[in-house]
Amino acid sequence: MHGRPRKPLKPVDEAAVAAKAEKLRALQSEFLSNHQNKIYSKEAVELSAKLLEINPELYTAWNYRKLAVQQNLAQCESDPESVNSILDEELKVVENALRQNFKSYGAWHHRKWVLEKGHSSMDKELGLLDKFQAMDARNFHAWNYRRFVAALMKRSDEDELEHTQNMIDKNLSNYSAWHNRSVLLSNLMKKAAPGFTSKDEVLTREYELVREALFTDEDDQSGWFYHLWLLDQTVRSEFPLLVSSWPVEGSDISLPAADYLDGCASMNVFHYSSRNFPLVLYFNQSVRGVNSSTVSVSCGFNLNIDLIWKPLSSTDSQSAKVWATHLAIPDAELHSSEAYQVEVKVGFSQGIVSTTGVAYSHPSQISFQLHLQKTPLESGQDSRFGRIQWKDDCFAVYEPGSAEPDLVNLLDNLTIKNEVESTASTWQARIIDDETNIFRDLLDCKIGKLTVARLLTAYNSLRPLDKPVHCKEVLELYSELMKLDPSHYQYYKDNHSLVLLQQVTSSKESLLSRCFHYRDSTLSTNGSPLCLRLNNLAISQLGSFEKLLWVQMLDLSNNELQSIEGLEALQLLSQLCLSNNKFRSFTALESLRYLKSLKVLDISQNEIGSHSIDTTRYLFRSPLSHSVGSCDWNINYLSSETYWEAFFVLKDMGLTQLDVAGNAITSKSFNVFLEKLLPTLKWLDGVEVN
Amino acid sequence: MEFNPPLLTSSQRTLSLFPLPLHFPLEIRTAGEVEFPPPPKRHAPPLQQALNTIESTLVAMGELAADKHVKYILAVEKRKDSFESAVLEHLRMNGAYWGLTTLDLLDKRDVVDSNEIIEWILKCQHESGGFAGNIGHDPHILYTLSAIQVLALFDKLNVLDVDKVSTYIAGLQNEDGSFSGDIWGEVDTRFSYIAICGLSILKCLDKINVERAVNYIISCRNVDGGFGCTPGGESHAGQIFCCVAALAITGALHYVDKDLLGWWLCERQVKSGGLNGRPEKLPDDTENGGISDRPDDAVDIFHTYFGVAGKTVAA
Repeated sequence: MHGRPRKPLKPVDEAAVAAKAEKLRALQSEFLSNHQNKIYSKEAVELSAKLLEINPELYTAWNYRKLAVQQNLAQCESDPESVNSILDEELKVVENALRQNFKSYGAWHHRKWVLEKGHSSMDKELGLLDKFQAMDARNFHAWNYRRFVAALMKRSDEDELEHTQNMIDKNLSNYSAWHNRSVLLSNLMKKAAPGFTSKDEVLTREYELVREALFTDEDDQSGWFYHLWLLDQTVRSEFPLLVSSWPVEGSDISLPAADYLDGCASMNVFHYSSRNFPLVLYFNQSVRGVNSSTVSVSCGFNLNIDLIWKPLSSTDSQSAKVWATHLAIPDAELHSSEAYQVEVKVGFSQGIVSTTGVAYSHPSQISFQLHLQKTPLESGQDSRFGRIQWKDDCFAVYEPGSAEPDLVNLLDNLTIKNEVESTASTWQARIIDDETNIFRDLLDCKIGKLTVARLLTAYNSLRPLDKPVHCKEVLELYSELMKLDPSHYQYYKDNHSLVLLQQVTSSKESLLSRCFHYRDSTLSTNGSPLCLRLNNLAISQLGSFEKLLWVQMLDLSNNELQSIEGLEALQLLSQLCLSNNKFRSFTALESLRYLKSLKVLDISQNEIGSHSIDTTRYLFRSPLSHSVGSCDWNINYLSSETYWEAFFVLKDMGLTQLDVAGNAITSKSFNVFLEKLLPTLKWLDGVEVN
Repeated sequence: MEFNPPLLTSSQRTLSLFPLPLHFPLEIRTAGEVEFPPPPKRHAPPLQQALNTIESTLVAMGELAADKHVKYILAVEKRKDSFESAVLEHLRMNGAYWGLTTLDLLDKRDVVDSNEIIEWILKCQHESGGFAGNIGHDPHILYTLSAIQVLALFDKLNVLDVDKVSTYIAGLQNEDGSFSGDIWGEVDTRFSYIAICGLSILKCLDKINVERAVNYIISCRNVDGGFGCTPGGESHAGQIFCCVAALAITGALHYVDKDLLGWWLCERQVKSGGLNGRPEKLPDDTENGGISDRPDDAVDIFHTYFGVAGKTVAA
């Protein structure tokens, strides 16, 4: 019990306490009887006041008083003096109750209910609030009540902002005041109130204000969260923009001449193995309204059907950062000698809107070429792979040759240039630079290191077309934080991973150095796909997906991943290795449901099924979300109830190869279940399926 | 057997009114949207395994901690003459939920007489369909959820007129999607959670306007990633729990900035290892026999519940 020491009661105290309890019970019993019988006499009402003074939490008594007030008001409608005295009495009862417990929900609500009847001077209310806030500046009831009174009094946001300033001046460590300041400022900026139209000026002022709090006591959290919000406001991109796409602008796509089940790529041109290939649009923030009216796709041949664009989000059926559609190329249309120019025009008509309500107003155009592959693969050869093995000796370093300008061109053009970004960034870069210099003075403490790391990362986010700077320093800072503050290790690790991936994907040289040919003795080198290997990097979180939309084969083995959220953007993925990570459930692999091209999957040597109750299921995504269609559970599968999570994630996948060994869920019956679930499966845990 | 209310000081009642879901996440479903195979029944192998793990964890601590907790809970029930128990009579329905769920987590549910409890619960129901905190008191959404949860605990939801109760709850939704606690109109996101949780247990989530309910909760989201009780209200761990849980049940978790909120929440852990509810506030809940909120403070059933539940999640 809060604030009560552990002590056994002395016998004489016990008797006194028992008598007190008995008296209280008698009062309560009488009150309940009055309430049941709707008795609102003066004595009865006074009884309730007495009770509420002892126990302001007795909610029924507040209800009773409201009924009594209603009845009494009805009886003296015409007499304003009586009305006032009735309401005054209520306010007094509330004050008495609040003195007993100034956190009583019932008391505060009763006061609001009385005020809404149009009584009490507002100055009096503000005076009362000042008293309460002097006693406890963090009492959120008082702050809520203040908001209520300010609205009722129609006090301006500017005046209330000044009040928060006063509170902060009295005590810098007042999270409640900073919080309220953030609410008021957001409103003022949103409605572009005079004096609050220049984000540059407003934010500069606020940074100065919070600086004192931060340097007075670096352990005090109050200012730090406010500072984090200011940083977000500084770098947040106002406009929804297209950041990257698949295909990349200017690329050359070759399609198989005939209907292969799965083919392999020649690296002479970028090649996609199916006739049904994806278009992917990657935005800088979540948007809705991407459809065939707002995005037009024109090819040399007619696609009679309107394309259906889907948001790649497992939680939201309306909006997402990444949208995709599939072009189905009709056989009859294509001639192997022609190259077809495709143009994708994004946002030339209105309709795309960010989830924060900002319209998409910077149209983009992406052009690429499509042509048919002239001949099928070496005739007589089975186009299918043997089993993929993710071993080091199966990979040979990719040697770019002069005949392959396309991959290099592709990697050069991964990020779409948006003019609007370069003009806005001057004041933002200046602020971040200033703040970074200031906080370098605090590098000996946890929050200083974290803030500098965040500032340097923010700086890079302002310049998406340039190579990120200070990566080494940021990585070092996070490494130091992992040691300095081990209770938040995972948070720092995740951020470290994100920066590492930014660094790796920041240049074409870096990406090329991680591209490998997969060697299979059954195939000539002409036919081997290109694999991006991001294994053994100790990464715990994935990011930089906008740089990876082109990837078909990906090795993420031997890392510390617990989730692959975001990977659904990589619509071309056909071979994926996730072995030796820290996946604990199939729900963590839910993004796989969106990878329609996935054929080869290795999730061996993880921790799937190690917890009998999946405690992360609700954290990743509720299975009750609106976007989930109903599943047909009436399938004659063995143990589909036991393995329903695996069923849900894997059921529609056309996997040809799957590795699941080395997980807690691994068992003979699970493998039997998998074979039934995936009729296309040829290899399961290295063994050929009958 | 009458169940005495838990011992709480009135000044901390704010924290007491955050009912937690039962069997989270196993039992929570919504009607119509998605059909999943029935979750493993209570005490099906995986759950029993989990409970066994908890028990063995507690035993392995070197003391028969579980038995001590049980003894404490039953003792609370018997202390009718205390002043504290009189002052908390009105929220006995909550106390029943905390005490019984704790017993359940310790697999000692059978030490109480479920029939007596259920009989008492039904006496607390009003003609409006809502439940009061105790016999003779007014109905409120808070106690309605506790009643549903206790009945679910005993697998006795069938004693309810589901239509009546769900209509009461749904009737408390306002135009803007928010929920009032009762007919007197107090609005708080706690009540949004209670309505959504309660109706999901009863499988009648479609009786409310889910989209508006979600929109209201979003309007209470703050710049630090957390949630308050009303729009503009300061972030508080208890409110965050309610809002995040409500968004989880309604499939709207994408509105939560996981990284931002995650950071705010893990900053609740203070040097002593305890957790506070807001920045620069005191931490709560340390364990010592029955569980108190801080070492040297008196134990109470509310914190016993959270302490045991916390150990369960950690196990």
